[in-house]
Amino acid sequence: MAPWDRDVPGDFAEIGSETAAADEALAMGTALPDGEIPVFEDDETLHEKPEKQWLEMWRSLRANKAALVSLVFIVFLVLIAVFGPLLTPYNPVETHMANALKPPSAEHIFGTDQLGMDIFSRVIAGTRVSLTVGLLAVSIALSIGIVLGAVAGYFGGWIDTVIMRVMDMMLSVPSILLAITLMAALGKGIDKAVIAIGLVSIPEYARIVRGSILSIKENDYIAAAHVVGLTDARIIFRHVLPNALSVIIVRATLGISSAVLDTAALGFLGLGVQPPQAEWGDMLGRARGFIFQAPHTLIFPGLAITLTVLAFNLLGDGLRDALDPRARIK
Amino acid sequence: MRERDSVADMLKYVVKRVLMVIPVMIGVSIIVFALMRVFSPDPAPIVLGQHATQESMEAWREANGLDEPIAQQYFSYLAGALKGDLGVSYYTKTPVAKEIGARFPATIELAVAAIIFATIFGILLGVIAAVKKNTIFDALGSFIALIGVSVPIFWLGILFIMFFSGVLHLLPSGGRIDVLLKPADVTGFYMIDALIEGNGAAFRSALVHLIQPALALGMYSMAIITRMTRSSMLESLGQDYIRTARAKGISEAKVIGKHALRNSMIPVTTVIGLQFGSLLGGALLTESVFSWPGIGKFTVDSILKSDFPVVQGIVLLVAVIFVTVNLVADLVYAYLDPRIKYASKREG
Repeated sequence: MAPWDRDVPGDFAEIGSETAAADEALAMGTALPDGEIPVFEDDETLHEKPEKQWLEMWRSLRANKAALVSLVFIVFLVLIAVFGPLLTPYNPVETHMANALKPPSAEHIFGTDQLGMDIFSRVIAGTRVSLTVGLLAVSIALSIGIVLGAVAGYFGGWIDTVIMRVMDMMLSVPSILLAITLMAALGKGIDKAVIAIGLVSIPEYARIVRGSILSIKENDYIAAAHVVGLTDARIIFRHVLPNALSVIIVRATLGISSAVLDTAALGFLGLGVQPPQAEWGDMLGRARGFIFQAPHTLIFPGLAITLTVLAFNLLGDGLRDALDPRARIK
Repeated sequence: MRERDSVADMLKYVVKRVLMVIPVMIGVSIIVFALMRVFSPDPAPIVLGQHATQESMEAWREANGLDEPIAQQYFSYLAGALKGDLGVSYYTKTPVAKEIGARFPATIELAVAAIIFATIFGILLGVIAAVKKNTIFDALGSFIALIGVSVPIFWLGILFIMFFSGVLHLLPSGGRIDVLLKPADVTGFYMIDALIEGNGAAFRSALVHLIQPALALGMYSMAIITRMTRSSMLESLGQDYIRTARAKGISEAKVIGKHALRNSMIPVTTVIGLQFGSLLGGALLTESVFSWPGIGKFTVDSILKSDFPVVQGIVLLVAVIFVTVNLVADLVYAYLDPRIKYASKREG
């Protein structure tokens, strides 16, 4: 394994498994163990093992207090995002200049911002934006990254070289800089932000999927699938990818946290939502001038971003530990 | 014989690794060029204003070479870039290289200060957490690392300003130096320029302005380095040679400081190198919070007003630095860890 195959620089998820070799080992632990004799006429048997694996994972996750609390918090966030409009005491986009920059009080528990809008209502409304952007951006990155990574890892050779070199090019520009460069081309707006954030995180998914594929495709049952005469696409999607699924899920969970962070960063720079729509990073960017005059305008949106990111990070960490057989033994 | 083989292998690896940089850089230049000139909206009406006439826009496009075929535009851009000519800003008409040069030292000063902070505290916290595994120190270290990766750096900067500038009145909330104390421009790095001038007051001013943004920017990297150091130290401490060293009666401080730490630093070195590259991305946000006059703030401003030659120049420069730092980190890693050489041999 050459050093340029090492995983995404400075990445949260890779701490403790800093080489692609370690990733492969991790993936290996989740793949079908040697000695298992799969029956290829019946696809269902292949799914039996992963299911057992989910059960094992859940058991391990349940023992992890931090991850469990995070999961509960994420469910809570999702509920807020879904029922947001029913929960906001005020219209989150209604300005009320006479009532601007009021500190937290009984009427406005998080206070009001520079335009007199209720910060509590805006934080709630922003939950939907952040979670949606996070989820959509990760979905874009995942679907493209999985296909690229699977094709590169499965076929190898020049296809692998071309795909991975393009990924290297994308990785040689810091992701936030690449994202705002994309925004320059696409134009401002939250829909553009989703695309930009999604596109820049493709390489990390492609790499992790490729790493898993490389280890899984050496298994006997894949060779057997070839012998039986299954098509490449079928082997990749039915037999190889399901075994890499757990690794992908961990990465996607951590990916949501970085997508939420990136969304907030783009919003902070004024490239995200268009006013008056509420978005956490945008709220911070616009209230920045009132830092000494009305600090409450900056506390609550920032706290919302941090807690959301923290929850996805803790859950992702918990899932990774739950999947790692080495950690499970301890 | 074996010695010479490994030297030859090493050289082969270095050459191979250096040559790999070229296609990556060409690829990056194509991607950025395409983004700016093919997919971006026409800059003419933005630069000239909404009331510009069709003729004046045509003339402007011609003057900026935007009327030529796109491939020709790219090759003349590439030819210029190789000679250090990155074009001129649409607005100021100043060469992009000069515009970047005027702001770049500020960003480098900030990034270097941040990586120094991140490295020192990251290694310190990581080692303490590993040595005192499963104690309150370990929990504290892990907690700080977790916060470091979860708090958005721009919000962290805002909190710092609230506390250190607002509540304590201890540190300035923005800028690089007290304007009246600005030293004569020699290197562009104010702390160094102040030292050259022998100006103590300027040095102090530059330093107090640097502290907050450097801490805010370095926090994420510190967290990553802490986690890496901890896991790497734990692995080293579990090795046989550590048990042997302890059995020989070597003092615990020496076992940790000399034997375990030295071996743990191999992967940490790479992470530090990679973090330096990503700090340049983070600087975009930190500079915006602290009104730091570096390329980060300049990039955002240029994007907002479609000054594409500037954006192109900055992205290319950052990519060159990023790739170079990664290259150096990889080579250091390969030098320190002999297993990499075997891998490259087996592959090649």
